[in-house]
Amino acid sequence: MSSRDEILRRVRDALGGDRGTAPPVPRGYARRLTAAEAATRADVLALFTERVAENRATVRHVAADEVGTAVAAALWGREAKQIVVPADLPFGWLAELEGVRALADPPVLDAETLAASDAVVTGCAAAVALTGTVVLDGGRAQGRRALTLVPDYHLCVVHADQIAGTVPEVVARLDPARPLTWISGPSATRDVESVRAPGPHGPRHLEILVVED
Amino acid sequence: MTAPGAGPPDALASAIAPGEAAAAASRATRFADAARPALADTRLRRTLGAAVAAERDRAAAAAAEPADWEELREAGRALRDAALLDLDTHLESLERAVTGAGGTVHWAADAAEARRIVVGLVRATGARDVLQAPSATVREAGLPGALARAGVTVRPAGLGDLIVGLGEEAPSHLSSPALHRDRAQVRELFLRGLPGAPADLSDDPADLAGAARAHLRDRFTGARVAVTGAAFLAADTGTAVLTESGGEGRMCLTLPGTLITVAGIDKVVPSWTDLEVLLQLLPRASSGDRMTPYVSAWTGVHPGDGPREFHLVLLDNGRTRALADEVGRAALRCIRCSACLNVCPVYERTGGGPYGPVLPGPVGAMLTPQLRGVESAANASLPFASTLCGACADVCPVKIDIPAILVHLRGTVVESRRARPVPTPELVLMRGLAWTMGDARRYRLAVRRGTRWARLLSRGGRIRRLPGLLGKWTDARDVPAPPARSFRDWQGRR
Ligand code: SF4
Repeated sequence: MSSRDEILRRVRDALGGDRGTAPPVPRGYARRLTAAEAATRADVLALFTERVAENRATVRHVAADEVGTAVAAALWGREAKQIVVPADLPFGWLAELEGVRALADPPVLDAETLAASDAVVTGCAAAVALTGTVVLDGGRAQGRRALTLVPDYHLCVVHADQIAGTVPEVVARLDPARPLTWISGPSATRDVESVRAPGPHGPRHLEILVVED
Repeated sequence: MTAPGAGPPDALASAIAPGEAAAAASRATRFADAARPALADTRLRRTLGAAVAAERDRAAAAAAEPADWEELREAGRALRDAALLDLDTHLESLERAVTGAGGTVHWAADAAEARRIVVGLVRATGARDVLQAPSATVREAGLPGALARAGVTVRPAGLGDLIVGLGEEAPSHLSSPALHRDRAQVRELFLRGLPGAPADLSDDPADLAGAARAHLRDRFTGARVAVTGAAFLAADTGTAVLTESGGEGRMCLTLPGTLITVAGIDKVVPSWTDLEVLLQLLPRASSGDRMTPYVSAWTGVHPGDGPREFHLVLLDNGRTRALADEVGRAALRCIRCSACLNVCPVYERTGGGPYGPVLPGPVGAMLTPQLRGVESAANASLPFASTLCGACADVCPVKIDIPAILVHLRGTVVESRRARPVPTPELVLMRGLAWTMGDARRYRLAVRRGTRWARLLSRGGRIRRLPGLLGKWTDARDVPAPPARSFRDWQGRR
């Protein structure tokens, strides 16, 4: 008997003949934000902003025609010399950038190049206001997962309409067949005395630009 | 940036193996004996006490925040139960989905088989190095030791694993393996064993993490194989989920060409949608974060992004044995959040060592005897390593009644020991306790009645030794005299 069959047999034996049916899962938890948490769209954005900041990321609001300027200002502020971007990043986001070398992926950049880059700029697939989270699914303007892992600074552009209130709302929006990365603040560790410190891998700086159209 | 293996042979390479040996040695002893050195170590008690207090406070605040926390717990309990009740169907569905998405599923009946499978997979790639993300299941299967013996260098990717590896000891906590080490000790370990650690390294946790970062990041580029665990496996979509804060998991499941994920068969949840509950419960209960900094979800292989080969090793190793016990089965709901460790008055004083190499704290006391059986004195002693204070049950995000299961297991242990014609007083007591605690009303009455008696027995606010036959049993167990009114009683009248 293969181990597969053996394990399945053990499971069936353990559960016995009349195991009954599982009672339905009580789903009385909140699917959406309550009116107390956010009554209007502006409240949702405010909540997202507050929670991102509490996750120790930087967050700024810009109008749609200011994205290029804001991206350039952020990268100059960090004195970035070389950055990586997904090849399908909207052209306008880097339009104001001067004096910074932007490498597109694909063609696939090797890990050394990623490590030698100062920053990565991406969009996202969705965001959760309540937890201050952005979710990347490898879709447009997001690139491979390695891009947002290796450089030390991640600048993520979020459109206001991508921000949902709760975790259930975002889980419903996402396609699990895609590679998903939920990011809630910069890399962190509490491995020494449970004191928070910058983590061993992943960007130690996360900056989020909220684009209000 | 140096390629792994290019530098001098380093102490870290297979540093986990000695830790395993140390842990195995401590397993030969019963809990009370194994705990003695830890109890005598005031430095360890101080460090651990402060660290778990910090974790406990953060988790308590995070759980108090959502107005629907109790509804989430109730849903979490129910969907974990649903997963277990049809585990065979869910496992088959998981296998189909993972295979359909380009992954390969392997089944390991026990740890030895998991080791054979993983060593075989690594050998087939020809890799000499393996990155290892922090995972209790990888450790349970003894993979780091097995790979080291097969001549493969295992590189822990996480900071906590790096520290316990340098100290050649077993991890003391589920989610923060090195929580028993204070900053000065970590600094010493780094100065002694971490290649490239600056001589003027301070003991600020941020500096220590920075030194580890420089070292760890130096090694990832050439890695071709990684081994990880998983927090959840969604049966309907075949999606594996990993939560973490330091990026070591992301690194393992993104950069190397081959990813091997080892997960217990109990990690299955019926559907992807169930993650809307578990991704709220786990981070808050575990680290006190609203969301863990990184949550990764992947389904088989994703062409053009990440590993070209994905192997999922499903491990039984005693889980079906636990499943067969209708009372004890509830322990398999556990989502390994560590909340019960952080509130446990016993764990806070002993640390993880005395519980054995796999699962520390109340969850270990409850699960290890069920996974391994109670034939050995060490495992049989675990259900007794608790004051039954109930703090763990109050915080458990999937509402496992840990004290009730421990009492049930005490009964099992005592039953298994009764070759003698006359039941031990302990057996009688435990049977009675199981009967009383099995029913809320009986329990309430007993607490009220017991309070009065217990206050009569106490001296100076503590009960040191029960009279008569139970004297020996209570010898090593001091308890404070209970307050005149129980919390349940007080709360019930408000
Ligand atoms: S038993 Fe409950 S509290 Fe303890 S680790 Fe498991 S899920 Fe968390």
